[in-house]
Amino acid sequence: MSWVNTVLQGILLGGYYALFAAGLSLMFGVMRLVNLAHGDLAVLAAFGSVVLVDQLHMNPWETLIVVVPLMAVLGYALQRYLLNLTVGATPLPSILVTFGLSIIIANTLLQVFSADTRGLQAGAISTASIQLGDGLAVGTFDIVVFAVAIAVLSGLQLMLTRTTTGRLMRACSDDRQTASLMGINERHVYALATAIALATVAVAGIFEGMSTQFTATSGPMYLIFAFEAVVIGGLGSIWGTLAGGIVLGVAQTIGGQINSADQILAGHLVFLAVLAFRPRGLFSRAAVA
Amino acid sequence: MTALLEVERASTYYGQFRALSDVGLDVQEGETVAVVGANGAGKSTLLRTITGLLRPASGTVRFEGRDIADVPAYQRVSLGIAMVPEGRKLFPSLSVEENLMLGGYRARPGPWNLARVYELFPLLASRRKQRSVTLSGGEQQAVAIGRALMCNPRLLLLDEVSLGLAPVLVRQLYGALPEVQAGGTTILLVEQDVRQAMAVADRVYCLLEGRCVLQGPAADLTFEQVRQAYFGGAR
Repeated sequence: MSWVNTVLQGILLGGYYALFAAGLSLMFGVMRLVNLAHGDLAVLAAFGSVVLVDQLHMNPWETLIVVVPLMAVLGYALQRYLLNLTVGATPLPSILVTFGLSIIIANTLLQVFSADTRGLQAGAISTASIQLGDGLAVGTFDIVVFAVAIAVLSGLQLMLTRTTTGRLMRACSDDRQTASLMGINERHVYALATAIALATVAVAGIFEGMSTQFTATSGPMYLIFAFEAVVIGGLGSIWGTLAGGIVLGVAQTIGGQINSADQILAGHLVFLAVLAFRPRGLFSRAAVA
Repeated sequence: MTALLEVERASTYYGQFRALSDVGLDVQEGETVAVVGANGAGKSTLLRTITGLLRPASGTVRFEGRDIADVPAYQRVSLGIAMVPEGRKLFPSLSVEENLMLGGYRARPGPWNLARVYELFPLLASRRKQRSVTLSGGEQQAVAIGRALMCNPRLLLLDEVSLGLAPVLVRQLYGALPEVQAGGTTILLVEQDVRQAMAVADRVYCLLEGRCVLQGPAADLTFEQVRQAYFGGAR
């Protein structure tokens, strides 16, 4: 019975990872850009929420309404005026620039907010749980996060497949030059993609802040889990990202069940195994075709 | 009268390589102009210079009398310049209909829309939901032409429509051009197939190693003259 519980908790943990990974997956899928500042941007959003809670006495849930659009605007500007300069034949410039950005954000947060551990109080929901009988129980908040992750990923998938903006993104991803012959300004399309990605990362950062504690330097760890989820699922595949998050989450909880010190290690091992045996990921489009 | 398109002494480089040398060309509203030449003669470079994908190092490109040097490629569509690129370049992750719809993303007012394109190429209507890569070469070329028409261009640039296609398909595709012109679109086409080009064009330019070596009304030029210019046989 405890194994059923372990897997269940792993799946729910996967919801967090998938939520973090959604934006990373979108940015990679649309412009082949690996954003190493992804985790730090999530922490930035969480601190934005902390400020609103402290200064304006908002409830952390309400801060989503303010922080998510702000992060989207930041994402548009960031892509339009900085990251677009790095998009090109090789991914190296974008990796260097986002790595630098990661350091700048983390250290600025350290300066402003110190190295103290912070958290966001979600309210009664954070301790509530749903009994599934037979001693099985799942946290209500975890269920909410999982549902939000599915909603965000479904939303991204629908946006990509059903809307004009999504068609523009797929066209730019396929062939930038030909896209410009259709009158598409790829700089604007890329900026929209990053705006959406940072909106999702804001949601992820605030939920993570409500679920556990974070510091100014938590970003790289978020990045690693998100990155592993994306790679396990298959680069650029939206549903693969959800599956990748779940695989990673289940691997971690099973590892933790065997030996509580090995939780993180087990996730990394599964990630390495996927890289070794299915380097395109479990669910990439290329692997299916 | 101002020419619809006027290229004046344009030189374009790929790195150090000079792909176009002082090429001049004009296209009047309503006429069909063909640019012929062997592989590497600079034909595609010329079209890419006109669409803005490449910037000429010197010389000017004027559209309706206006110098468009500062207009980026993606804004030239709104001016009315559309291109069917060499190799078709359909978007592989998009369906046939999505490819066509993207072509109309920056559409000007005019006669072309999805229904008209399906009328022009009836085969495509039954393929609308298919991914473009699953189509045959001729069907893909039809999609590429339809996609360019969707923006209601004033000037349609066709790059090697016949490349890799069976003669019967080439005839079908060229057979669609009169209807395109009837809709008010002027055509500038690039061809390796000289006979095909001379058959449809009012005027012909022949490029050799990035230079314009022969030009004139198609009716006044003999196939032999063009062939000589094509291969540089006069030297």
